[in-house]
Amino acid sequence: MTATARTSVVFARMGDPEAHQLDRYVATDGYEALRRALAMTPEQVHETVTTAQLTGRGGAGFGTGQKWSLLANTYPRYVVINGDESEPGTFKDRQIMERDPHQVIEGALITAYAVRATRVFLYVRGEMALAQERVGQALADAYAKGYAGDNILGSGWSMDVVLHWGAGAYVVGEETALLESLEGKRAFPRIKPPYFPAAKGLYQQPTVVNNVETVATIPWIIRNSGETYAALGAGRAPGTRIMCLSGHVNRPGNYEVEAANITFRDLLFDPSLGGGIRNGNQLKAFIPGGGSAPWFFEDQLDLPLDPGPVGAEGSMLGSGAVVVMDDTTCAVRAAWNLVRFYAHESCGQCTPCREGGSWLEKIMFRIEAGEGRLEDLDLLLDVGDTIAPGPFPHASWPEKGLAASPFPYKMTTICFVGPSAVVPMHSALTRFREEFVEHINHRGCPKGSAHR
Amino acid sequence: MTDTSAEQKTTVSMTVDGRAVEAVPGEMIIAAAERAGTYIPRFCYHPRMRSVGMCRMCLVEVVGPRGPQLQPACYVPVAEGQEVITDSPAVKKAQDGVLELLLINHPLDCPVCDRGGECPLQDQTLTFGPGETRFVEEKRHWEKPIPLSSLVLLDRERCIQCDRCTRFADEIAGDPLIDFVGRGDHTEINTFPDQPFASYFSGNVVQLCPVGALTAEPYRFKARPWDLEQVESTCTSCSVGCRVAVQSSGNRITRRLGIDADPVNQGWLCDKGRFDYEAVNGDDRLRAPLSRSGDTLGETTWGEALGKAADALAGARDRHGPASIAVLGGARLTNEDAYAWSKLARVVLGTDNVDCQLADGLPAEVVLGLPHATIDEACEADTVVLLTADVKEELPVLYLRLRGAAVAGATNLVELSATTTGLTRYATTSVRYRPGEAAEAARQLVAGGAVTGDKVVCVLGRPSLAEQPDSVIEAAGVLLDAVPGIRFLSGLRRANVHGALDMGLAPGLLPGRVAAADDGGWFAGAWGTLPETEGLGAAGILEAAAAGRIQALVLLGADPLADVPDRDLAQRALAGAGFVLALDGHLTASSRQADVVLPVVLHHEKPGTATNLEGRVTRLGQKITPPGSSRPDWMVAVELASRLGGDLGLETLDQITDEIATLAPAYEGITRAALAAAHDGLLAGRDDASAHEAPPTMSSAEHPEVHAAAALGETDIVASEPIAVRETPEPAAAKPPTLRHRPAGRTATPPATDSYSLRLVSSRALYDEGTLVQHSPSLAHLGRGAAVRVNPAELERLGVTDGAQVRVSSSRASLTLLVAVDEGVPRGVAALDYNQAGPGAADLIDIATAVTDVRVETV
Ligand SMILES: Cc1cc2nc3c(=O)[nH]c(=O)nc-3n(C[C@H](O)[C@H](O)[C@H](O)COP(=O)(O)O)c2cc1C
Ligand code: SF4
Ligand code: SF4
Ligand code: SF4
Ligand code: FES
Repeated sequence: MTATARTSVVFARMGDPEAHQLDRYVATDGYEALRRALAMTPEQVHETVTTAQLTGRGGAGFGTGQKWSLLANTYPRYVVINGDESEPGTFKDRQIMERDPHQVIEGALITAYAVRATRVFLYVRGEMALAQERVGQALADAYAKGYAGDNILGSGWSMDVVLHWGAGAYVVGEETALLESLEGKRAFPRIKPPYFPAAKGLYQQPTVVNNVETVATIPWIIRNSGETYAALGAGRAPGTRIMCLSGHVNRPGNYEVEAANITFRDLLFDPSLGGGIRNGNQLKAFIPGGGSAPWFFEDQLDLPLDPGPVGAEGSMLGSGAVVVMDDTTCAVRAAWNLVRFYAHESCGQCTPCREGGSWLEKIMFRIEAGEGRLEDLDLLLDVGDTIAPGPFPHASWPEKGLAASPFPYKMTTICFVGPSAVVPMHSALTRFREEFVEHINHRGCPKGSAHR
Repeated sequence: MTDTSAEQKTTVSMTVDGRAVEAVPGEMIIAAAERAGTYIPRFCYHPRMRSVGMCRMCLVEVVGPRGPQLQPACYVPVAEGQEVITDSPAVKKAQDGVLELLLINHPLDCPVCDRGGECPLQDQTLTFGPGETRFVEEKRHWEKPIPLSSLVLLDRERCIQCDRCTRFADEIAGDPLIDFVGRGDHTEINTFPDQPFASYFSGNVVQLCPVGALTAEPYRFKARPWDLEQVESTCTSCSVGCRVAVQSSGNRITRRLGIDADPVNQGWLCDKGRFDYEAVNGDDRLRAPLSRSGDTLGETTWGEALGKAADALAGARDRHGPASIAVLGGARLTNEDAYAWSKLARVVLGTDNVDCQLADGLPAEVVLGLPHATIDEACEADTVVLLTADVKEELPVLYLRLRGAAVAGATNLVELSATTTGLTRYATTSVRYRPGEAAEAARQLVAGGAVTGDKVVCVLGRPSLAEQPDSVIEAAGVLLDAVPGIRFLSGLRRANVHGALDMGLAPGLLPGRVAAADDGGWFAGAWGTLPETEGLGAAGILEAAAAGRIQALVLLGADPLADVPDRDLAQRALAGAGFVLALDGHLTASSRQADVVLPVVLHHEKPGTATNLEGRVTRLGQKITPPGSSRPDWMVAVELASRLGGDLGLETLDQITDEIATLAPAYEGITRAALAAAHDGLLAGRDDASAHEAPPTMSSAEHPEVHAAAALGETDIVASEPIAVRETPEPAAAKPPTLRHRPAGRTATPPATDSYSLRLVSSRALYDEGTLVQHSPSLAHLGRGAAVRVNPAELERLGVTDGAQVRVSSSRASLTLLVAVDEGVPRGVAALDYNQAGPGAADLIDIATAVTDVRVETV
């Protein structure tokens, strides 16, 4: 495995700071894939994406071609592009939208063509001002030059793209909450079943929801063929994907990698990627797939970035966000910070998430602040068990004889936000229980305020 | 199972905890399990609203391909072969867990909470919940309680975010004025900035709230549930006849709650119906008879007052003839009261000058003689033609039903109205007609193909009091010709006006929807005598009184000065009548001018029956004893009869109910026993539609407060003793037929307006100067005031701004009123709510003219 031999698919234009301009985009094969797709039948386009074995980059990792084929056979039907990126640690969609917005629009149009959609909606997170500006300008230019709107590229096929700016709630990233928000309502996730977007989506019509990165990959696939893309990596999810590397590494940033060909160790330590832990410190833990993914540790460093083994080891690749914690990190505080995020972002709809998440947060804060009680540790696990009953995923710990509990979990909530508040608590408490006990016995954080 | 049996099968076979259950396709597990005797705890679920699956209290295990999975029972529909587990450790753990989470931030101020004692959270905690709390942190705090409107307050600390109130406001009431705000554990219910929850139906959310988060201003801290006694009854604040549970404590009505009568109100009430019991409790109730000496009314004894009244009536009858006596009103009465007065007038007083309407409705033969429709028939009709005043203002819960049907796509509303109404936005077709031109509009509607389908129902009422009803009746005739199978649902609003009409309180009419002309000796035989000539209706009575031809005028809960759409005529009539006897619960403008005022009992103080706008007869419950020496109206009739040397042959209330069932043709079969057995009442005169006998749908969890009182054993209703029907001798003659009417012919078209005049439209808003509203402190201030509403273009023409003062003049009067701009009022029309505070429409209208034109000018 060599991490340095990397193919740029989505990030091919990142060397060009002006790639967001239409002429620069067109000069680098831009809209060529759309032209080719329009010369194919929608079924052929769909088939190409299926052959590429492209999987969703929004978090769930569902096969994109397979998702498209689930669409109920009624019209109107919609394509919705999820640009609400807000999973802690994730910052790839923003870069794509800011730096290469036409690629997103082109991918969205090809998707719409392939699934015979009536309209495309592109939902951009509220806080992403530059992305909104760039996507807005790009779409206006695309309309002006006949890449969007009526009779696209003289093909006789027309498609409108509607832009929508979010209002700043994490939960909108959840696809059914996003659809509610698009409909002008409060972003309450819908209950599945029956509200699978492919069956009853936007305005109760069949809807494809795809992530920004997912559709940004499609133009390359159309230009280079599905087989070529599928050959770009091993494992259950071939191709490239962008890993958002953050935390205590020397070289944080977005890296496009042939994911299944490299390991977490490559990602964290390869000089062309993470470049090792900052200040020569030791690795303490890392989150392999966004804030809602159970934590990994030293023992998992040699796992490939492949959903199969990662799931079996108790976590997920999720949104591709890897957050690294070195040994200066207070496990209690780090976990509390994440619990606080999910508790705060709970839409408030269902009791276990609304009340349970904030209770977890309060208990963990109390422990961190030196007011913990030993019985709080079992209480944390028990409250967690109300939100996500039964065996909860965690990594193995061979040294202590702990076997991995595979991903995913059961839940009493409507969506995954509730259990996401359990995840960091559970990971930290399973692996670093003695740190919790130390907090309780020391009436506070032994690391003092240095780590804050 | 073979193919054929699958085809025939109309139920779904499933198991609940291993027991076989037959479920209705499409229903949710929670409902099927409950019917089978397994109660699954719940907070957000409500059978009359969309399931949201939010509280997660109802989690049960449903066995799927991957083994048992926790699923919300309120959200997962039943399925063939489904296995549901409600008693496993996993289910118990989930339910315990959810309850614990609901309680961690709950203030637990049960001792001072209105809901304490009838609280699903309290109850389910006892049944399903954990024993002690593990929550040591500071609970969430909110300012306690905040007003959502002047009637409803919210304590956000108690709220469990079940979405019931918000769903009701949005889905059922169509007033999405409350919603969730914030997120996480700081999610709260609130109104939008500067927009109170000013819904006519706001009180329902108090009843729906599964905790004490929502409280009603009139009830707050008034009683503890375990002190409340309860009786079932019918709301008589309008003619919809919603079923209610009336609760009292210490001989005061403390609360009125909606009961789920499937064909009528389905659990809902309007705020007027929910809260105007305050008027019954009021300290300003009449407690003793009043008698006039000179300019003042002074308290007197019943003996004195009845004697004086009897003398006046006898004097009039004997000296001036029976036609010099008139009886006005009766819509406040029970059917039994109305029957007794109908009989008294015909048999003892000898007069047919009786009218329960005050020239503000429709002729009796139109109301009674057209084919009747039920509310359910309207909600299931292909087309509902609205030819009545604003249903939202006048018949609020009928509005809810029709709106619900329209939103669900179950029916098409086609509206013919002079201005925009509450239902306009739900109508598929909405046509504005100029007052006086309804018939022409109906012709165009029919010609345009808007009235489609086999099942057509017309809601027929009095669209405007500033327009004589002839053209509206003609329009009904047009519809009848165009759609032979059409049925009519009365839009007349006043309380028991349909019962009073059914009891014959209209000229030329006898009880049970019999035209006097068709009697054929039936009532003449049973009653002994009948007046020879047909009497006068309200307008004729008032004119005769004004002309000095009425020597004795009886007001049965009627207030002509407020209700007759011609105040000048009403005033002249009261002045011109020789003697005025008023029977009332409160003094009104009119009864203040009477010679004798008799205090009578109001609803909830007497048993009896009432008939709603469908012709549905239901039982009224007595909950409290009346103030002072008040008596029921029927008793007054019986006593007057004997003082006048007659005998009505009526000694007890039950006897009257029995006599109605025996003699009144449309009430055949509506016996006390049948009424006692019919949860949703019985339809009079409709042998074709006895289908609506659905079992009670109310479940204890949906309306715990109703059952909380029921558990105290106080739910029984009117007659609890064994029902022994005293035989009323049947007359020799054959039972007469019930009335059939067919409006026919063209009426004269009203004069065209000149270009300076606007045609007046006037109907009632929910909150007006009516007696019950005005004597209910919580409602009295809610009237929107008398402002003349005109199209923006008219305002521009006048050169005045919204809210300015203008002069509004008719042939009768010239008033200074505020003007309000209203896009819903077409050009050429001026709208003015009827019976708001101060001078208003009643002063402008001349009952003798077909339409009222007004000039609106700057002052
Ligand atoms: C709580 C939650 C948050 C999510 N946030 C995002 C997000 O920010 N962006 C995104 O694309 N998908 C997000 N998802 C995943 C989406 O629901 C959905 O699966 C995805 O947009 C589908 O696109 P894909 O198939 O291309 O991945 C989130 C899911 C959950 C449960
Ligand atoms: S799990 Fe949390 S975010 Fe998801 S629906 Fe429930 S309350 Fe909302
Ligand atoms: S106020 Fe009551 S009805 Fe409304 S959401 Fe809260 S608990 Fe439910
Ligand atoms: S709609 Fe009429 S009957 Fe029903 S509650 Fe309101 S006033 Fe009473
Ligand atoms: S989730 Fe079923 S009752 Fe609330």
